[in-house]
Amino acid sequence: MTTFDHGATGATGEDRLHFRRLLMIWVPLTIALLAIDIWVLGPILPPGNGSVEASGQRVDNIVLLAMATPVMTAVLVYFSYAIIVFRERDPAAALEGPAIRGHAGVQLWWLVITTGIVLAAAGYGTARLLADGSGGGQGPNPIAAPAQASSDRPLQVQVIAQQWHFTFRWPSYGGFETTDLKLPAHTLVEFHVTSLDVVHSFWAYQLGVKADANPGEDNVAYVTTNGPLRFNIRCAELCGVWHGYMYQPGQVLSQSQFASWIAQQRQQNAPSEKFLTPYAKTYFPAPGRRSG
Amino acid sequence: MSAVAVPVRAGSPPFWRHLLGFNMFTGIVLAVVGWVIGDNVVGPAIHAKSLAYYTTEAGQNDISVLLGYLFGVAGFLIGLGFANYPIKRMLGYPPTLAEHESEGEGLWRYFRLCTDHKVVGIQYLVGIGVFFFVGGLNAMFIRTELLQPNVHIWGANQYLTLVGMHGAMMMGMMTSGVLGPFANYLVPLMIGTRRMAYPRVEAFTFWLLMAAGVVLITTVFFGGFQTGWTGYATLGDQGQVGYDAYIGFFALVGTSMTLLGFNLMATIITMRAPGMTWSRLPMMVWGTLATSILMLLAAPMLVATLLMAALDRTAQTAFFIPGNGGSSYLYENLFWVFGHPEVYIVAIPGFMIVLELLPVFARKPLWGYRLAVAGFLGVALLSWFVWQHHLFVSGINADLRPFYMLSTELISLPTGFTFLCAMGTLWRGRIRLEVPMLFCLAWAFNFLFGGLSGVFNSDTPSDVTTHGSFFVMAHFHYTIMGGLVFTFFAAIYYWGPKMLGFKFNERLAKIHFWTLFISFNSTFGPLFALGFMGMPRRVVTYNPHWQFLNDWVSASAYCIGLSMLVFLANVIYSMVLKREPVEANPWNSKSIEWTYPTPVPVHDFDRFPVFDGDPYPYGVEPVAAPATAAVPAGGSS
Repeated sequence: MTTFDHGATGATGEDRLHFRRLLMIWVPLTIALLAIDIWVLGPILPPGNGSVEASGQRVDNIVLLAMATPVMTAVLVYFSYAIIVFRERDPAAALEGPAIRGHAGVQLWWLVITTGIVLAAAGYGTARLLADGSGGGQGPNPIAAPAQASSDRPLQVQVIAQQWHFTFRWPSYGGFETTDLKLPAHTLVEFHVTSLDVVHSFWAYQLGVKADANPGEDNVAYVTTNGPLRFNIRCAELCGVWHGYMYQPGQVLSQSQFASWIAQQRQQNAPSEKFLTPYAKTYFPAPGRRSG
Repeated sequence: MSAVAVPVRAGSPPFWRHLLGFNMFTGIVLAVVGWVIGDNVVGPAIHAKSLAYYTTEAGQNDISVLLGYLFGVAGFLIGLGFANYPIKRMLGYPPTLAEHESEGEGLWRYFRLCTDHKVVGIQYLVGIGVFFFVGGLNAMFIRTELLQPNVHIWGANQYLTLVGMHGAMMMGMMTSGVLGPFANYLVPLMIGTRRMAYPRVEAFTFWLLMAAGVVLITTVFFGGFQTGWTGYATLGDQGQVGYDAYIGFFALVGTSMTLLGFNLMATIITMRAPGMTWSRLPMMVWGTLATSILMLLAAPMLVATLLMAALDRTAQTAFFIPGNGGSSYLYENLFWVFGHPEVYIVAIPGFMIVLELLPVFARKPLWGYRLAVAGFLGVALLSWFVWQHHLFVSGINADLRPFYMLSTELISLPTGFTFLCAMGTLWRGRIRLEVPMLFCLAWAFNFLFGGLSGVFNSDTPSDVTTHGSFFVMAHFHYTIMGGLVFTFFAAIYYWGPKMLGFKFNERLAKIHFWTLFISFNSTFGPLFALGFMGMPRRVVTYNPHWQFLNDWVSASAYCIGLSMLVFLANVIYSMVLKREPVEANPWNSKSIEWTYPTPVPVHDFDRFPVFDGDPYPYGVEPVAAPATAAVPAGGSS
């Protein structure tokens, strides 16, 4: 490099002029877009406020958007400015730009600023993840649970994914199985997600829960429900021909409605309960089952 | 590089004469013979004696099909003449590169084994181009199905097969989409050598890739595969015989990629001309080196994974069968240990083309050469430490998620170096908005959004919603299509005249660019919104509320298709109809490859080129600055 490492190093007056102009465009544009991020886009960002974890993800999305916006505007403003201002007006004139081959200060500041942004984003994401698990599947030994998980006994719900629907077992109520998912409001729920055949993913969009269902594995996800609402359950991992049809509705009920629903379900399922496989964390599928 | 072994025939022999001997035609004939032997003779014989524990239940015979592919590909390669040289050497003949020397100048060179790096480059360009259009056509079919929220054109199975073929074709083929054509053609010219380190291996990678593409297409005769391009085991284990085509395809692609990377790496390290020091390598060569390191190390992981999957289906092993002690996580991990370096194998060629072309069209030296190199190598290194971000909610290693979040976000630092070097190069340049430059600037726009949306996917809490949704789909189309495909076209328009010897029609090229740029953003922009609203990937049905956005996306996707037809029309018009001879150096480029005559002679050059300075000697040097001022330039990385 030293063979041709020469060139303008100190900023000239022209450099400073362009830089000042860029700043003057970038700062107001960024401030305006940040306001849009927070007050216009923020409230409609996914996955909404269906649960404590969902709200957490929404705040997280706002923070990430606010971090990405200055970067986005900086690059867009720069490229637009360069294309307009540095464009060759007379292509016939074989003119060339100054032979600038680098600038240590600019490179250093770029490195410092981008590293700062990245560390801030990773640090914030980690803090939010470890606070309550953010509704994501954490495997059999969760490391991040909502604070009340240790004091209250969470409502355990086992989600059994199979081609091509979800069923639910209720270990807190004797382990019987339902085809619908209804949850009580303002309750900490502990999902245990597993599969009987291939990899699925349990995605309750409005609750901000997603956990892969693996055959022979127990995948735990926590969610703290808010008030009553309807939510959609979808499979989010390609699981075969009818993957596109693997969705069903779910509902968060008030606590009293839930109590009567679960009692009614239990009574309804009582005759078939003795034929069920005993409740377990995982159920191994028939070896080598191939649907062909 | 020995002397000509066979005398050049005088006059033009009749057409049928070309079909005899070792060439593509013989290859196809022997491929069919090999398929018949494998599928109808050897396969059934083995299958009859195997335990066939899993296969009898479903009544399918994977052994025969996989052996059919194996024998068919072997027959194809033998028919092309790949066995001749090893056999001759075993019989005591001296080493030669007869395939390079003896074939004459005609078009027929392109239809047989040829070890001239320029021929292989153009073979790659055309061959990959064909499969690129097949993959694109699949995308059109997918979007046609998604015009309505319910199944209306394809059944669910055909739809998933289209999705899988589109993904596998694009990821498998376009991985070599820049290195295959452009690095094979240009790297030897750029570093001053007449050939690659292993010319026969170079040709082998191309023909293997073509065989792979055909293998993938044959899946439609065997019921297709439902797994998407990732081919997750457990679902794959269930798959019909069509999944064997997927295994065969990706295993062949992986082998081809490994050898391509290995060959390019050996060439760049050992065959640089005198004076071509590491600090004088063009960005194209640095990027190729970084990519080929990833190819060499990552692709074998894919091949091994697929071999294990094939063994599960044929030899009754249980690597991925949970009921028998295997694990679905094993497949996911092995696949993404390959899969994440893979996406940077696809991304770095885009970076390198942008940094290679910007100095030419900004008429300035590259800004921050060492920083750019650090960017490529940094991406290549970090890409090994991020793969579990594909598995954030899979339930694996919950305590490793903060690490993978950090490592994934760290990779935006070396990616940012590429942006900084591009921006520095434009600073006070004299920018010419020629067509290749337009595509490079579009890269900056597309990759910016691809990269920033990646931050949402890399952040675990946000990924809980975006994982497996159309948001991810939009994200990687912005990085791969917006990053690689746009620069792929930049490279075609920039080096095409050099390689193919004709000039593209500029008006059609500009129509191609603008339609592609607008319809690309109009297609994939709304997919971010659809993903945020909760639409999962790879579904054949969706919430009717999303129909308007989906129809919008489909209409825009058709515009991408039309834009590609404009490109095709440009190729036909400029290459076949008009055929305007190209000037020696239409871009007034000072890069090395443009100093060779057009078309480049078979032997590239008579004297080794001399390299003695900046690969991008543009710009007005400032008036002799004092020595002290010269220290910090060139990068601090």
